[in-house]
Amino acid sequence: MFKIRKGLDIRIKGKADEKLLGEISTYNFAVRPHDFQGINPKLKVKVGQNIKQGEIIFFDKYRELVKIPSPVSGFVKDIVRGEKRKILEIIIEKDENNPLKHEVNNLDFSDKEQITNFLSDTGLISLFIQRPYGIVANPEDRPRDIFINFFDSAPLAPNYDFILKDKKNEIQKALEFLSFLTEGKIYCSLKPNSILKDFIPNNEKIEINYFAGPHPSGLVGTHINKIKPINKGEIVWTLNAYDLPIIGNLLINGVLELERIIALTGSSLENTGYYKITACSNLESNNLKLKNNEKVRIISGNVLNGINISESPYFGFYENMISIIPEGDKYEFLGWALPGLKKFSNSGAFLSGLLKFGKYNLNTNINGGQRAYVVTGEYEKVCPLNIYPQLLLKAIITNDIDKMEQLGIYEVIEEDFALCEFVCSSKIDVQELIRQGLDEMRKEMA
Amino acid sequence: MKFLRKQIDKIKPKFEEGGKLHFLHSTFDAFETFLFVPNKVTKSGAHIRDAIDMKRTMTVVLIAVMPALLFGIYNTGLQHFMASGKNLEFWPMIGYGLMKVLPLLIVSYGVGLAIEFAFAQFRKHEVNEGYLVTGMLIPLIVPVDIPLWTLAIAVAFAVIIGKEVFGGTGMNILNPALTARAFLFFAYPSWMTGDKVWIGGMAKGMGVVDGFSGETVLGQAANGLNQFVNGFGQKLSNWDLFFGAIPGSVGETSTLAILIGAVILLISGIASWRIMFSVLLGGAVMGLLLNAFAVNPLMEIPWYQHFLIGGFAFGMVFMATDPVTGAQTNKGKYIYGFLIGFMAILIRVLNPAYPEGMMLAILLLNVFAPLIDHLVVQSNIKKRIKRAKIIKE
Repeated sequence: MFKIRKGLDIRIKGKADEKLLGEISTYNFAVRPHDFQGINPKLKVKVGQNIKQGEIIFFDKYRELVKIPSPVSGFVKDIVRGEKRKILEIIIEKDENNPLKHEVNNLDFSDKEQITNFLSDTGLISLFIQRPYGIVANPEDRPRDIFINFFDSAPLAPNYDFILKDKKNEIQKALEFLSFLTEGKIYCSLKPNSILKDFIPNNEKIEINYFAGPHPSGLVGTHINKIKPINKGEIVWTLNAYDLPIIGNLLINGVLELERIIALTGSSLENTGYYKITACSNLESNNLKLKNNEKVRIISGNVLNGINISESPYFGFYENMISIIPEGDKYEFLGWALPGLKKFSNSGAFLSGLLKFGKYNLNTNINGGQRAYVVTGEYEKVCPLNIYPQLLLKAIITNDIDKMEQLGIYEVIEEDFALCEFVCSSKIDVQELIRQGLDEMRKEMA
Repeated sequence: MKFLRKQIDKIKPKFEEGGKLHFLHSTFDAFETFLFVPNKVTKSGAHIRDAIDMKRTMTVVLIAVMPALLFGIYNTGLQHFMASGKNLEFWPMIGYGLMKVLPLLIVSYGVGLAIEFAFAQFRKHEVNEGYLVTGMLIPLIVPVDIPLWTLAIAVAFAVIIGKEVFGGTGMNILNPALTARAFLFFAYPSWMTGDKVWIGGMAKGMGVVDGFSGETVLGQAANGLNQFVNGFGQKLSNWDLFFGAIPGSVGETSTLAILIGAVILLISGIASWRIMFSVLLGGAVMGLLLNAFAVNPLMEIPWYQHFLIGGFAFGMVFMATDPVTGAQTNKGKYIYGFLIGFMAILIRVLNPAYPEGMMLAILLLNVFAPLIDHLVVQSNIKKRIKRAKIIKE
């Protein structure tokens, strides 16, 4: 068991009650290329074209086997483009259920080429994230190991024991398949006493580890760092346990169904709870009963590294939750000088930081202006990785490739630094910097 | 407050790009954000942010300095009244203290902030809050009788040469407050040493009671005394030294007041306990070593007494813990702090020409902090390279 000591559980209001409230269903879907890191999208569909669930919508220009599947059957209603004709959204209107059926019964898992093609043609590869760089994995690679997190420690995150409780069969099937994808091991990281340990088959290639402690104890980056860190030149794949049933289902029925149970959370919601939802669904009229007429932010994902979808409320491809919190676009008179009983802080500079109880209604205000780095040691309190976070960020700011490599940029992605960004008193956009560093590094190594 | 907000919103466009008063935008921004936490919301990354910001951080430090400042005002009055043989009445003493200390504060803030605002304007930055603390610390580490014009020059030197040439707050190598003091120490030594400058009015020829001496305890130690006395030659106990009603720089005499500040800084987590602890440890180790090999009265000063005299406590709590000029890594902080304590006592005892060893030790280690960090980080890098090699073989 690994006990994570450095970290922070942000005491935010709006946790979802553990009950399944129904299904968020819609006819409108949108796939956002922005959800997929490291892909230069090349479209396979045109406006007006009919498309089946599981059919490929676009692939990566530079790694042509990296393909993204459609979550539903229907027709392509619109392709929304932004500056320089960058594709923002591929909007699909759903019609009858007519999924693409893949041949799965005669698959030979020991044949490397067959597996590569299977991962690519089904679009299954889109669920695997490669480290370093945090990009969609390349089906031609064989990773050193595969890491799967069986719990999420982010603020308000869903309980995997609850959302996966009926999926034992699919999970076992998926794990057996995964053991053919690597020469190394499948590392499954669980929280202590998780019921999911009974779902994991006995297999010499599968290793179970337990992690306890505050967030980021549930991040796969933390698990890799503690179990077997990534070295220069190595590739590992990561997978989220809530995607295992999708893999299992595909192997059993031959159909890729991107349907998951997610948590609907946040202090702005009247009733929080769990819902069934298909990836990329529109949320507009559905089930979002807001408490009062305040301006809210709808986040696909958690409050630390989710995507702001208030403008165009389509649920993301990967996310396991929706968070709805108040926007903080209000001025506050002498706000920095008040004792701070209603403000959450990890530092003792506010009363809330000293009193370790109570939950807070947090909004999106930055709570201050951006400054140069002054305070040190802040990040270290919430970063359990064997890495110097502030020095790595300074290496990125100065674009020092050698230093970035030496200080461990291969081992991290944005979400590993989300807490650093949260606690930063200089209000530096840490996650954006990390992405900038990763992209720079990838360009350098190409 | 809605009225105030409305007025600000009314004049705001004048300071924005294209407005008539755009050249004052940093100044306007500084006052606006002082009055109101801005309505800016997160765009990328984490959607929620910790309530702490630079203003809050600096405010906490200012609150922590308050006990030392208040005691300094009281002590300035007390020392003056003792020296001149007046009745020791509380309010008149406070009045005198305020009369002497407030001008120091006004000059320090006036000159320093003017330069800060000018640079922020010129560089199109927001005004950084760092000087709010520096401007408070400088008056507390100078003798009360220092002429205001020399203080003004020292502040200008510290802010321009010590900070802005390196890129402003967060980029400087030396602690700006100590840079100001070191500048005074070497450029105007007659105002910074001796037995007259520490008592308000004495340096300017005020008549004193017969036999009164304004020498500091450190000065006595440097002159070979091992039983410290007050201005009238009465013995001072360790408790007297701890409470700090003795001559010295304005805010550094009372170890008690400084310790209250230390508690505030440690509870709030703003200052590093690693640095404070290791400064104390380094000082104790050096003190014990000197005690063990003592050949003169200076070396015989008990190791714990060093913490009560001179600027050791003030430097430990408010100067060594400056995050910008100290070591950044946690391991580095232990080494950095230890060496400050170690060097401070070493300089103080073995080189009585510079009794204020704390100032020199901190400035010295400021310079070495990047090197300490470099060594700590190298060991982390080496581990990473070693790990990669083992895998490849």
